[in-house]
Amino acid sequence: MKVKAKFENNKVEVKLLVKHPMDTGLQKDKKNGDLIPAKYIQELSCMHGDKLVFLANFGRAVSKDPYLAFSFSGGKAGDTLILKWFDNLGDNEETKVVIK
Amino acid sequence: MIERRNLLKGILGMTAVFSAALLIPKLAFAQWSKAFDANTTEKAMTDMFNKTETTKSDKIYLKVPEIAENGAVVPVNITTDIDNVKTISIVALKNPQPLACSFTIPEGTDSDVSIRIRLFETMDVQAIVETHDGTLYSVQKEVKVTIGGCGG
Repeated sequence: MKVKAKFENNKVEVKLLVKHPMDTGLQKDKKNGDLIPAKYIQELSCMHGDKLVFLANFGRAVSKDPYLAFSFSGGKAGDTLILKWFDNLGDNEETKVVIK
Repeated sequence: MIERRNLLKGILGMTAVFSAALLIPKLAFAQWSKAFDANTTEKAMTDMFNKTETTKSDKIYLKVPEIAENGAVVPVNITTDIDNVKTISIVALKNPQPLACSFTIPEGTDSDVSIRIRLFETMDVQAIVETHDGTLYSVQKEVKVTIGGCGG
């Protein structure tokens, strides 16, 4: 997961990109014609210290390699954010990013 | 016998700790909802919000392209001037599973989110803003899709 967090205009702006297939379960494998099983991120959260600052729940309609942008108040440059996602098959990833 | 009792106590204690550990994230975060699996907008709305009616609002600003050449990647931005926002959701009315995503907006977080979604065909995209008193506000816009984004 690539995350950019920038303190600007008294706000922290977060932009992120997750490398994930976001398979809908409707697409066929081009080699053998079998349906590719659904594999998609269900939840992505962003914590600033003990505080949840953003939570996204996804269905299958979110594009491959999801992109998200949001912003919040109360953070500053040098603070750490912890971002986590998990998908319907139990895969997950956690990333820490320092606000610039 | 005493050892066995202690062992049992230990096991029970550990079970309690594990259960508590499992419960904490559930309490802290809104859970992923089966609404995302619903095949109709009505069912998705009922599963997600326990109701289907929304009030049209001109205080929600939904930015979508008029024409999306590629339905697989349609940029969506939603902002709103409505106060006490709890969640912001995107519904793609003709997708196989209409509820695309939902964002929890805690206090201090701006009601301004951007994401990219898939659209199966030309359709209306709806932004739904839920306030803390449970009221649902919405706005919708049509996106013309040249190449569908879900099957293939």
